[in-house]
Amino acid sequence: MSAGRLGLPGLGHAPEGGGRYVGGASRRDRAKGLAFQAVLLFSVVIGFVTLIALLVDVANDGLGKLSWDFISSFPSSLPSRAGIQSPLVGTIMLMVLVALFTVPIGVGAALYLEEYADKNRWYNRAIEINIQNLAAVPSIVYGILGLAFLVRGLELGRVLLAGALTLTLLVLPIVIIASREAIRAVPASIREGALALGATRWQMIRRQVLPAAIPGIATGSILALSRAIGETAPLIMIGAIVFVPFNPTSLDSAFTALPIQIFNWTTRPQEDFKLLAAAAIIVLLALLLTMNAFAIWLRNRYQRRW
Amino acid sequence: MARRLTSSKKRYGETLIRLALMACAAVSVVTTVGILFALLEPTVEFFREVSPGEFFTGTDWSPLFNPSSFGVLPLLIGTLSTTLWACLVALPFGLGAAIYMSEYARPRTRRWLKPSLEVLAGIPTVVYGYFALTFVTPLLQDIGLPVEVFNALAAGLVMGVMVLPTVASLSDDAMTAVPMALREGAYGLGASKLQVSTRVVVPAALSGIVASFVLGISRAVGETMIVLIAAGAQPTLTFNPYEAVQTMAAYIAATGIGDVPTGSIEYKTIFAVGATLFAATLVMNMVSIRLVRRYREVYE
Repeated sequence: MSAGRLGLPGLGHAPEGGGRYVGGASRRDRAKGLAFQAVLLFSVVIGFVTLIALLVDVANDGLGKLSWDFISSFPSSLPSRAGIQSPLVGTIMLMVLVALFTVPIGVGAALYLEEYADKNRWYNRAIEINIQNLAAVPSIVYGILGLAFLVRGLELGRVLLAGALTLTLLVLPIVIIASREAIRAVPASIREGALALGATRWQMIRRQVLPAAIPGIATGSILALSRAIGETAPLIMIGAIVFVPFNPTSLDSAFTALPIQIFNWTTRPQEDFKLLAAAAIIVLLALLLTMNAFAIWLRNRYQRRW
Repeated sequence: MARRLTSSKKRYGETLIRLALMACAAVSVVTTVGILFALLEPTVEFFREVSPGEFFTGTDWSPLFNPSSFGVLPLLIGTLSTTLWACLVALPFGLGAAIYMSEYARPRTRRWLKPSLEVLAGIPTVVYGYFALTFVTPLLQDIGLPVEVFNALAAGLVMGVMVLPTVASLSDDAMTAVPMALREGAYGLGASKLQVSTRVVVPAALSGIVASFVLGISRAVGETMIVLIAAGAQPTLTFNPYEAVQTMAAYIAATGIGDVPTGSIEYKTIFAVGATLFAATLVMNMVSIRLVRRYREVYE
């Protein structure tokens, strides 16, 4: 690309200064530079200001309702007695199930794509583009998939297993993408060394590549899980919206989850329920924050730079 | 005499593992095929009962009323309207934040700034919905805008903040991939930082920036909870940001809550609207993926 096409000042223009000008920049140009920088700073700040406003708003509404009683009581039609025990237990059970399903499949798929797949084959390229695309499919569409195939097609009904499987499909692409990055970061010399010593391909992966990639995989998986437990729309579609004043006991029991309960309370006209929603949001955000902090700690503690 | 370098005995275990891992990768393909099938069959059945002409050009969406009407335009306009407001926030400020991170911030600042901004993308959308309904709408009323309790404006603006980190993060990736030599060349010709940013780096990273925009728009189009909570449930054909609208995703969710019987026409509308939404986001995602590949090919 020529300088002219990029709109640079060509010959005949006086050199304009900015950050590290040599000659004198006109006052107007310096003002322009400063104004631009102010606009950029504003762009960065607007996100954080919103975040702070959101946190303050939720804390204002919800902190008063937050108590041990609130966490240990079951949902109720009376705002004064309602709590989040069954939604919280439901969310934790969903999280465990989604982790059990996604991590093996996601890591397996990532290993295949990074260690085995021949990138020149059309089907491997198709799988790759497919995963990128799946990561951007709206979550409500996964809900439709869950409704049509799991709830109605396989006749699982509106149960915990259907919810966990729907969320698994939703976050699988994220786990695959994160795991691939972690696996790719393991240098080729490690693989070559193992193979040169007579290891088979799987021995090389099992004993060298996987152990080295585990911190990255774990970090990515935890972040994906935190996405899963915040999802509401797919669970609405598979019908987790019903009033469930008991904890799920097995894969085929009815269930509810924190985001569902928050949505439910938010849409009630009574002001008291909105405050309960805010209190439940605090619990959900605290859970997410813990998971994210753990993921970051894991990354900083165990990640190796080669 | 040279010995063959292949292993002397067949290792069936290795083949088995390879197949098992391949099966894991195939799950993603099965998911896509599943989505296509789940949407296609009821959609075809839907269009046996309702003509595509009525669906795509009709201006009245009232599938539950008698007589019912199946014009999807109100839902499309509702989606466009909330998306437009989201774009007004997410695209300029997302790009601004990206320019700041890649061109102005020091490497140390950038290292914590980017993940902190991404925190915004990790907040559950139901929480954003609550925020839009209980904070942003009253705020808009306080500053004198005649907004209804449910309105497109508050939902759209909050959606914009949700999408902002996606745009910022991807645009920043594209801009940091621009080779240093281009910047140095421009500085050498006497350009200011403002000029280098806006006339060298942004044009050079344009395909990546456009990709981030397209992906951001796709996110906004498919976003459900914010609009479901804060934009209302009335499929009105209006671009007025102060009024309640219903988007495609919000309609699907609202109908999903109602536990409609399998096989009924209401049940099929979920899939017809879902197929429309899926097709729209699919096209945008493919465009975005293509564009990202292009800048990767040029600079990496």
